[in-house]
Amino acid sequence: MSPTTFGWLILLFPLLGTALIGLSSRRLGGRAAGWIGTGAIALSFACAIGALIALLGRSEAHRELGSTLWNYDSTVGVDASLSILLDPLSVFMALIVSGVSMLIHVYSVAYMDSDRGYSRYFAYLNFFVFSMLLLVLAGNFLLLIVGWAFVGAASYMLISFWYRRKTATRAGMKAFVINVLGDVGLVFGTFFIFRHTGTLDLLGTFRDVPHVFTHNQGDLVAGCLLLLVGAFAKSAQVPLHTWLPDAMEGPTPVSALIHAATMVTAGVYLIARMHPLFEQAPAAADVGAIVGGATLLIAATIAIVVTDLKRVIAYSTMSQIGYMIMGVSVGAYSAALFHLMTHSFFKALLFMAAGSIISAMGGEQSLDRMGGFRRALPFTFICFIIGGLALSGMPPFSGWLSKDDIIAFLDHRGGAFEVLGIIGYLGALLTGIYTFRMIFRAFFGKPCEQARELEQGHPFHAEVPRNPQTGEEEDTDVGFPGPDHHIAERDWPMKVPMAALAVLAVVGGVLQIPGVDDSIARFLAPTFADSHLVRDVPSTSADWLGLAVGAAIAITGIAIAYRIWIVKPGTSTKLRERFAPVYTVLVNKWYFDELIDFLVVRPAQWSGRFADSVLERVVIAGGVTGSVTGIVRAGSAAVRRAQTGFVRYYAALVVVGISGVALYFLISSSG
Amino acid sequence: MAIGWYLVVSALIFCIGAAGVTTRPNPLVILLCLELMLNAANLALVAFSRMWGGEDGQVFALIVMVVAACEVTVGLGLIVAIYRRRMALNVDELNELHG
Repeated sequence: MSPTTFGWLILLFPLLGTALIGLSSRRLGGRAAGWIGTGAIALSFACAIGALIALLGRSEAHRELGSTLWNYDSTVGVDASLSILLDPLSVFMALIVSGVSMLIHVYSVAYMDSDRGYSRYFAYLNFFVFSMLLLVLAGNFLLLIVGWAFVGAASYMLISFWYRRKTATRAGMKAFVINVLGDVGLVFGTFFIFRHTGTLDLLGTFRDVPHVFTHNQGDLVAGCLLLLVGAFAKSAQVPLHTWLPDAMEGPTPVSALIHAATMVTAGVYLIARMHPLFEQAPAAADVGAIVGGATLLIAATIAIVVTDLKRVIAYSTMSQIGYMIMGVSVGAYSAALFHLMTHSFFKALLFMAAGSIISAMGGEQSLDRMGGFRRALPFTFICFIIGGLALSGMPPFSGWLSKDDIIAFLDHRGGAFEVLGIIGYLGALLTGIYTFRMIFRAFFGKPCEQARELEQGHPFHAEVPRNPQTGEEEDTDVGFPGPDHHIAERDWPMKVPMAALAVLAVVGGVLQIPGVDDSIARFLAPTFADSHLVRDVPSTSADWLGLAVGAAIAITGIAIAYRIWIVKPGTSTKLRERFAPVYTVLVNKWYFDELIDFLVVRPAQWSGRFADSVLERVVIAGGVTGSVTGIVRAGSAAVRRAQTGFVRYYAALVVVGISGVALYFLISSSG
Repeated sequence: MAIGWYLVVSALIFCIGAAGVTTRPNPLVILLCLELMLNAANLALVAFSRMWGGEDGQVFALIVMVVAACEVTVGLGLIVAIYRRRMALNVDELNELHG
């Protein structure tokens, strides 16, 4: 089969899964919905592998294939069609998305077992994967926007999956609103580019770009900046990042899905996909790099003080996505996409392990109440350590090779990019600290009550289920989390994907080792063949120097964390008191929520109230509606008099009227 | 005989009918007067048809009769319905459709 046939099949299976589970949700008992969903994604993954093999069977020059199912419309030069693009980049993304999603589906089969919305959950989950696959396989701007918006809608449904939980529904709305802002950016950006190129097709656009646009032409820069707005909203970059930590309200596997495979990587993919545009508009690309650098530092500093286990991991995602955005913006495409891959392995792993701990805590997420789970959850502990080491960039874990690949590229480009490289190293230091703060606080120290009970063999159950954020009492009916909690140690569907991801997080790096192996760069080369930045790579020795520095920094970070939270357990309190103002800023997340509230939410609310009290009530209801009804009422009152209800009167009028008309014609015809 | 006389008779019958419709309050009489008006028109149609020597007017007159029969059926039905509901057979009192 040709690669494009596989491409269509990749999209078909998750869609079928959604429809099947969604339509027969009441008839599916037990774990059937979960296994159907998993099967759909597994088939999709198999097709992605098929596409990979079919693509590798072709020569390098012929690895960009478009396929059109039908044209929606081709009037006035708009070539809107249902078409996909199969090239190394989209196949690479489809493999990661479907592969990691498949493991997350398997995990969810057990994790969500007791939830009353079990089949609804899997219908949403399949739809989420379908949307993301549509996004990465889209062959034109139109389909890209459709996939982009579907991902936003799916994330809304899954973040507010526990729809009776107020915090969850609010978080879902926040995510949706910010994502729609990104959609608008993407649509307008497309307009700016379409105006000049006259085609929606991606390959056609890339072919035209060098001829149509001059270097840094105003419209192109504007278009690229608007595309970046879309990328920032989806990838949670400053200042559109505030939805991501709140998105932790969703079930833990959803967090894993959003953070590892789908959604947040979309921004990175978008910039990599649009690289011919960004290379023609370096001004926009620089904005992307700077924002990525700022985000990685801001997110890392917040992650150090946050006490919610899932939110720490969420901020680490923002930080890591910052590296990737920075990487793709400066031209380190294969390095950034390599990091995207390894990150999806270890981040999914971290979330799955976190889910296991949260289950063991009976739904509680605060690090302040956790401790000493090392013996109670040995398997989760090992997985978390592996994920943590990969995240903080310890050799020889995968994160070490990929992250430092990006930083080495920044250093190689020199000049102002050197500053971004230093920010990258600073971020790496903070990553080591916050990752191991999390590990030391959750797994080491005195075992908490729940950990001790679990060591005795009884999983903890809260007497009354509560919302971990607000402490409100809940029941276990549909719309709230189910009554039972599942830990990885006791449920093989949770254990197997975690083990698989742990192995991948360790060995995933072998695909790209400087001087030894560059499979990813070679595989992606046809996509980036027209790039002038991609050939300008750092030498192997510079790469290894970067890797050595990165390793040293990671070890330093972990050592600092060890000293603060293990050797002298009171140090963190002392530091907090010493740097109280800094702590306040960080614990309030740099006041981004307040800033957005002040700049956007309040003016919007104010204008809404103004429109309600003045425009609606005075101008519309009073002026327009009032005067129109007045005229109609007066007019009808005058005409009503003629309607007496006397039949003879009407008859007389008819006779007189017809006689009048007849007379008129008689007189006019005779005269 | 000149056509004029036929028309005079026709106009006379028509005017009697119209006067009856507008002045009499009893619906039965109104229906009768309506019939007069229709037949006045029939008379004019037949007269004109004779004058031109064609048969179109005759056909029209027949059609008018059919329509008149239908109309009388409906009208009489209405009158019977009004009578059955023990309401006054007086069109001046049936004036609930006033504005």
